Amino acid sequence: MEFPKDLRYSKTHEWIRYTEGKARIGISAFAVSAEQLGDITLVELPEVGQSFAANEPFGNIESVKSVSEIYAPFAGKVVAINAELDDSPELLNESPYEGGWLLEMEPDDAADMENLLDAAAYTALVASEA
Amino acid sequence: MSKAPTKVTQGLLHCERPIFAASVPGRSGASLPTLDVPEPAADAWPAALRRASTPHLPEVSEPQVVRHYTRLSQWNFSIDTGMYPLGSCTMKHNPRVADVAVGMGEFARLHPYQPESQLQGALQLLWELEQMLAAVGGFSRVSLQPAAGAHGELAGLMMIRAYHTDRGQTRRRVLIPDSAHGTNPASCTLNGFEAVQLETSADGTLSPDTVRAALDDEVAAIMITNPNTLGIFEKHVAEIAEMVRGAGGLIYMDGANLNAIMGRFRPGDVGVDAMHYNLHKTFGTPHGGGGPGAGPVGVSERLVPFLPVPTVNRSKEGFTLDYGRPKSVGRLRSFFGNFGVLLRAYVYMRELGAPGLARVTDLAVLNANYVRARIRDFVHVPHPDMCMHEVVANDQNLRSTGATTMDVAKRLIDHGFHPPTVYFPLVVHGAMMIEPTETETPDELDAFIEALRSVVEEAHKQPEQLKSAPHVTGIGRLDEARAARKPHLRYQPAGEDES
Repeated sequence: MEFPKDLRYSKTHEWIRYTEGKARIGISAFAVSAEQLGDITLVELPEVGQSFAANEPFGNIESVKSVSEIYAPFAGKVVAINAELDDSPELLNESPYEGGWLLEMEPDDAADMENLLDAAAYTALVASEA
Repeated sequence: MSKAPTKVTQGLLHCERPIFAASVPGRSGASLPTLDVPEPAADAWPAALRRASTPHLPEVSEPQVVRHYTRLSQWNFSIDTGMYPLGSCTMKHNPRVADVAVGMGEFARLHPYQPESQLQGALQLLWELEQMLAAVGGFSRVSLQPAAGAHGELAGLMMIRAYHTDRGQTRRRVLIPDSAHGTNPASCTLNGFEAVQLETSADGTLSPDTVRAALDDEVAAIMITNPNTLGIFEKHVAEIAEMVRGAGGLIYMDGANLNAIMGRFRPGDVGVDAMHYNLHKTFGTPHGGGGPGAGPVGVSERLVPFLPVPTVNRSKEGFTLDYGRPKSVGRLRSFFGNFGVLLRAYVYMRELGAPGLARVTDLAVLNANYVRARIRDFVHVPHPDMCMHEVVANDQNLRSTGATTMDVAKRLIDHGFHPPTVYFPLVVHGAMMIEPTETETPDELDAFIEALRSVVEEAHKQPEQLKSAPHVTGIGRLDEARAARKPHLRYQPAGEDES
């Protein structure tokens, strides 16, 4: 499986697109694949304004198989959430890197972005888990 | 060895429509007498409480109603229809002798508001059931109040919280291995505890080192499911219990898998402080569509003062209900628990006796291991060594076929079997959790194994047969994702808007 090279990733399968002080976050195509979560049926996201520590759970994703927590890839504050997911959770399956984004956070420390995995490291991680 | 039947059904299965579709204006299943009192005035009820329109009730005859629900019931699959190897649920036969006891007027016509003097027999039964359950678990006392397994967990954790509060401590964290039951973290959260997940070791058990690393003076308790959801006995449970106890924490054990240890291992003997019993799993009471159930909770001496009220006490004068327990966590349910369910469990235990209960365990474990040893040839079993009462397989060997655990489960229905539990435990990818129970015959186990073998072989040759299964049920494969995303929660006749 190939992953977009312009994104960063966490070990818990979130992707991060960082631009100018803001990071858009979603979950990878691997995480939503039929072998992993499968069809997503419900997404629970935090409120705008909430702050999270790195690796702290900030929401739930429910699929036909299970309910899984999603984790803040770095410490920061939520500045936007994707409200469309309320009515259309299938966006996570159909368009994991575009229409299926989850939320946007402002990192407490932009240097944390450098600690995230790049596409090559994430590809290796997925290969070890599959 | 018997060969699995290739055809398991050849009967009449009615294509039943919603009962509303059979409605004919003016038809009625009941003849009501003519109204012989004055009609209430139009404003007898506040306008806000009055309906604007009449409800959409089907207008059908009594035999139509009877047939409708009988036909729908024939679409159902139950333990009375066939083998139901739903892992973690212990779907075993419910001995019919319990129905005889429940139907006896002496029990059926009791009323909970009768004075204690008239309830002596029922109270004695509850007291004796408590003694028997305490003996099985190795506990000081048992509360029969909780109405379900998760309710028992809640009761146990409330007592654990009360214990720490009583000692002037506010411990907030509860350790839970990732192979525990899914209800455990929920029960913690409901009690204001923070659930801390511990990782299972490669051998499928919880390592004492993992627990040691997570222990501190904030830990209120550990919740262990034993055997765990991988069907493996937590062999370090005694050492872990001692360690947690040494750090001032308590030990909760999820008793949902008691069918694997009853009569052979007593959790109280290794220092477990609280455990719930799922009477509908281990003690042969029905798994009724969500209830009524019973989840008694047994406790060690340390937690006895905090038991819910009432307890049944025995004295020279007879049996009494004790509400005067100052440190009690309070009442958890109306009256004295689900008496009818408790009565069934009492009959089950008295029928089998202590040696019989141990034999239940032996046969449940034997049956699961028989299934494990035989399915290993054609499906992947991640932990292939000796299991307890259930075995976890997965779809790893099927990856190349495109068929998944879900497809295998659906195709098994065509062979006349209820699917195993799927995609649980979460620690096994694509899990199929098979719990045959002690009440299946060797013939039935063979038939199930051959059905699973044939489905796996088919996955390699004709995977589309699995993808589109089930084929012989009244309703075929449902779009589960759509059902969850856009549920229709209310029947709407064609062309009418929701009102």
